[in-house]
Amino acid sequence: MKKLINRPEDVVTEALEAMALAHADLLRVSYDPSIIVRADAPVRGKVGLVSGGGSGHEPMHGGFVGMGMLDAACPGAVFTSPTPDQILAATKAVDGGAGVVHLVKNYTGDILNFEMAADLAREEGIQVEAVVTNDDVAVKDSTWTAGRRGVGVTVLAEKMAGAAAEQRRPLAAVAEICRKVNANGRSMGMALTSCTVPQAGKPTFDLPEDEMEIGVGIHGEPGRSRMKLKTAAQITELLMMPILEDLPFRSGDGVLAFVNGLGGTPLIELYVVYREMARILAGRNIKIARSLVGSYMTSLDMAGCSITLVKLDDDLLGLWDAPVKTPGLRWGI
Amino acid sequence: MTVQRKDVVAWIEAFADVIHAQKDELTRLDSDIGDGDHGANLDRGFTAVRAKLPELAEKDIGALLKAVGMTLVSTVGGASGPLYGTLFLQMGSALAGRQEFDLPAWSAALQAGVDGVILRGKASPGDKTMIDTLAPAVQAIRDAAAQGCDLAEGLRRATAAGEAGMLSTIPLVARKGRASYLGERSAGHQDPGATSSHLLLAAAQATWTR
Repeated sequence: MKKLINRPEDVVTEALEAMALAHADLLRVSYDPSIIVRADAPVRGKVGLVSGGGSGHEPMHGGFVGMGMLDAACPGAVFTSPTPDQILAATKAVDGGAGVVHLVKNYTGDILNFEMAADLAREEGIQVEAVVTNDDVAVKDSTWTAGRRGVGVTVLAEKMAGAAAEQRRPLAAVAEICRKVNANGRSMGMALTSCTVPQAGKPTFDLPEDEMEIGVGIHGEPGRSRMKLKTAAQITELLMMPILEDLPFRSGDGVLAFVNGLGGTPLIELYVVYREMARILAGRNIKIARSLVGSYMTSLDMAGCSITLVKLDDDLLGLWDAPVKTPGLRWGI
Repeated sequence: MTVQRKDVVAWIEAFADVIHAQKDELTRLDSDIGDGDHGANLDRGFTAVRAKLPELAEKDIGALLKAVGMTLVSTVGGASGPLYGTLFLQMGSALAGRQEFDLPAWSAALQAGVDGVILRGKASPGDKTMIDTLAPAVQAIRDAAAQGCDLAEGLRRATAAGEAGMLSTIPLVARKGRASYLGERSAGHQDPGATSSHLLLAAAQATWTR
């Protein structure tokens, strides 16, 4: 393992300390329990938006704390859900009297910890509404699995729900935006390499030099299938077809098109994928209304990408364009 | 024969020792079908529990178990934190105010704990989870208590039933948690949560019948 770290067990805490130092104008960090909170929280009369999950996906979620996006993020250990006491502390810190939305990715651990925290927060008189993202078409959605994983849509839902909260929409309406983005969004990812968790010290799975994993999860969970490496055009096709057919996205739709890097893939390759994606969408008369290209939801040092499409209406378009000021996303101000 | 407060402390310490010793084995099981952190997460939680035990010296058994549960909830993370945390919190509620308990009381406490885990995790027997160990163990201990067995016999039967339940997870296809993403590929592997739950029951038997 070759990593830019001091001690494996200190990585998460040291990164949190650095976020507080680097972005003091946007956020503050507290410890025991560890939470990242918007600098001016709680904002009176505004719905608070809280998300969280295992560390190792940076900039998600802590990098999206700030005006127009998250009010707080709860970072767990690497790839491990945060704990209810963290989530409760974050919920209390951002409650401006208008209630708090918990935006939760569909992973068993995240769900259980957020549910326990919501129970505790309600006991303390805070209104909490939880919304779960489950946009990963690589997982068969059935009663026999834990259901589809929450992936790329989470970042986009955080942005648009954050804008809705900033407009002082009420709790139910902000939660509804999360649900709408999730219902209209689909994702799929692929890995060229495994990732290496600092404390494990070796790759999570073995992937030979000439093979790739299609439909991989953001913690290195295996995907739909493993196959010989193909060209970017062929890989993009493999990701796009299940996404397009699942919603389905239709001729005339306007979409937010998001090509996301998993941490170890350079931006230039993400643009090569974007070009292929745009070609496929043009061929189906689906309009790219807005786009996002970059590494926003990562799996440590994994090489690979994911594609997320969200069908936009005028309301979502306005919320996407609204100002945002966070370490990870910033525009309009 | 009853279980005293000091026996409960000894059980928790013994389980913490076992988890620490079996950490790599639990992680190996979890790497096969999950995300490879079950051993490390439980070890982190029970290391925190062990550090907290001295300050719980004056507490009754119920309060002690609840404090263990809260510590697990706030230190383990993942799915195991809320699930093991709930198990101990509910056992603590069932044994509130007690300085000792007998087999029927232990049966009721374990039942309350397992009911809490089922409510929280929404797993049923056969889903390839810790419930596959705990549910048959609770059944065995309840039957033993109903038949008027002594504590040692009840614990022996619970451990045996739990072990059989743990082994029954090997051919199962996971329907809950991260292993469920593997579908058919999860068959052929023993569930790590079912394994740690077996170690918990075995530690109780070993400590309380010494």
